[in-house]
Amino acid sequence: MRHTISVLVQNEAGVLSKISSLFTSRGFNIESLTVAPTLDVAFAKITMIAIGDDKIVEQICKQLNRLINVIKVIDVTGENIAERELVLIKIGAKSERTLLLKTAEMFNAKIIDFNKKNCTIEIVGDENSINSFIEMVKPLGIKELIRSGKVAISLD
Amino acid sequence: MSDKNLLAPKVQKRTLSGAQIFMEALRKEGVEQIFGYPGGVILSIYNEFSNYDDIKHYLVRHEQAAVHAAEGYARATGKPGVVLVTCGPGACNTVTGIANAFYDGYPIVVFTGQVDSDLIGNDAFQEADTFNITSPCCKHNYLVKNVKDLPRIIKEAFHIATTGKPGPVLIDLPKDVLSAKTEFKYPDKVDLPGYNPTYTGHPLQIKKALHLLYKAKTPVIIAGGGIIASNASNELTQFARILRVPVANTLMGTGTFPGEDELCLGMMGMHGNYWTNMAISHCDVLFAIGTRFSDRVTGKLEKFCPDAKIIHVDIDPCSISKNVPVDIPIVGDARNVLVDMLNVVSQQEAEKTYLKRKIWLDEITEWKKVKPVLKHKKDELMPQVVVEEIYGFVKNKDVIVTTEVGQHQMWAARLCKFSEPRRFITSGGLGTMGFGFPAAMGAQIAYPDRLVMDIAGDGSFQMNIQELATCVEYNIPVKICVLNNGYLGMIRQLQHVLFNKKYSQCQLSGPDFVKVAEAYGAVGLRVTKEEEIIPVLTKAYEINRPVVIDFIVQPEEIVYPWVLTGDPLSKILLESPEGV
Repeated sequence: MRHTISVLVQNEAGVLSKISSLFTSRGFNIESLTVAPTLDVAFAKITMIAIGDDKIVEQICKQLNRLINVIKVIDVTGENIAERELVLIKIGAKSERTLLLKTAEMFNAKIIDFNKKNCTIEIVGDENSINSFIEMVKPLGIKELIRSGKVAISLD
Repeated sequence: MSDKNLLAPKVQKRTLSGAQIFMEALRKEGVEQIFGYPGGVILSIYNEFSNYDDIKHYLVRHEQAAVHAAEGYARATGKPGVVLVTCGPGACNTVTGIANAFYDGYPIVVFTGQVDSDLIGNDAFQEADTFNITSPCCKHNYLVKNVKDLPRIIKEAFHIATTGKPGPVLIDLPKDVLSAKTEFKYPDKVDLPGYNPTYTGHPLQIKKALHLLYKAKTPVIIAGGGIIASNASNELTQFARILRVPVANTLMGTGTFPGEDELCLGMMGMHGNYWTNMAISHCDVLFAIGTRFSDRVTGKLEKFCPDAKIIHVDIDPCSISKNVPVDIPIVGDARNVLVDMLNVVSQQEAEKTYLKRKIWLDEITEWKKVKPVLKHKKDELMPQVVVEEIYGFVKNKDVIVTTEVGQHQMWAARLCKFSEPRRFITSGGLGTMGFGFPAAMGAQIAYPDRLVMDIAGDGSFQMNIQELATCVEYNIPVKICVLNNGYLGMIRQLQHVLFNKKYSQCQLSGPDFVKVAEAYGAVGLRVTKEEEIIPVLTKAYEINRPVVIDFIVQPEEIVYPWVLTGDPLSKILLESPEGV
């Protein structure tokens, strides 16, 4: 099962390398990892999507907590949260334009650039809407696709 | 001087170099001994030693040995051991030692030199990425970027190394940081928002655990290294005696419970006693304290304590339910938890258990009759006999025994019945050959008047044999008992049983250890017959110099009992399986 784990860390050099090396040394699998400073730049927030059964994810959380620079670890899966991901998709300008624009409109995606060669689209959303959008535009010929990895916030 | 100035508090402003701050900070931490090896980038520190004669530096002959010596010192005293080495190869050579302290959970602080900050990343001479190389085997590590951070970092390092589950902390010191100057003020306390070890067990969990133990018919306590780290031996002993629960120990928990007590089961695990493993396999409540349930302890996980409810106390939440699923987890310091349990334990409830406990202890007494048979040929010096005689010789003395890793270690751990913690020092988690001798050196430096003895094999002794020079130079009078069988005995026995006697690369044509000892300026003695053991030990004991005793033992002896990898703890070999 996939778990969304939210980690508050001290924003110092070496923290990220400690966290990422933990995954290799403990044999954990992660799907995505995002890192950026919080409002207080002394801290950074990491959102990671980890894959494993409850026992493995519990170990992941405990091992993360054991790191001195890690302040708080919460498995927010199943809680009252909003999860979002940003995806940038590049599609050839010669593909079927009307369909492309219509699909984009339908999913609330934004055309951020249109030139002779390419149309670049930005979409922000939860996993379901992003995956459906990608499925819809796939037949139009995706040249490049970049996902930011998920971020999550508690709504409580 | 104006009145105003007279009234103002006297603030002593001291501007010091990074190297001087290092020395001052060590002094503040009460460090008296340090193990090290100089190199170009840390010469500014070495330049200061003459100004700080309260801090004694021991020059080892290999950096790995410096770390093991520091760990030996830490294990014997409970205080952190300190290491100072240079960058690149110096730092890389410490990795084994750091990992050893990490897996066994002992406090050491390692200072490594680093190339100048502006050279980092340039592949400069003797540059290595020490921070990233050591990260996975340190409890925490630092690369100092500004001399202003140095006092805080050193303060934090000693705090982190010695609190919670103890462990190694490394500080990487670029050369320019050591020469840069700043005002020195050593912080009184640390501010680590991400580091708050849990020391007190949850009262409700403690209550639940006690109730489970009251109801138990066949309970067993497992005492791990956490008992030593938290100084909980007395509380453990009291608790076990009140509830009359037999106590097994892991390799790391040797000496935590009186060895001659009727409740003492001795060592469990792969080469543990038959009765210990049988008792654990048949228990209905397992009370494990300060152990992380390593594979060497549990045997086949799925069949470990099949019928037992498990209570697990550990200060490290990661250890709980990592390998063995636990019914009552208690995160906390072993001593605090046991003190809390002793405070609420009901003597009345305890006494109610004594009748059923007698039945259980009688059952264990039957198992205690099962021992591996020593097939003793005439004129052969059996390694087990050597270990038993050594134990008999030292047991009433003020002694610390260390071991290397291998057959001799397992014999020593099983046959020496230590009754106090910090008397038996051995590498458990990492299983580092070459650990015991430098660890003995560190322990002897901590306690110059004790008898410190390394029980070694001819393979592992050679992994840090160069430290004979250190011992001779500082007259560190450790006694090294080499059980010399001309083999990597543990490898040989694995190949004997699991690879059908096809021996590969396990035979050693060792040096003449007596001559080696003499060449270093130490004393070399040899034992080839049983009747020589005690006289030679007595002679070695009376010599206040390092002594190597070369015991020429029967070369093909195999360590039994033996639970093969993948077998449950209850499947115990007492002799070679049929056909082997």
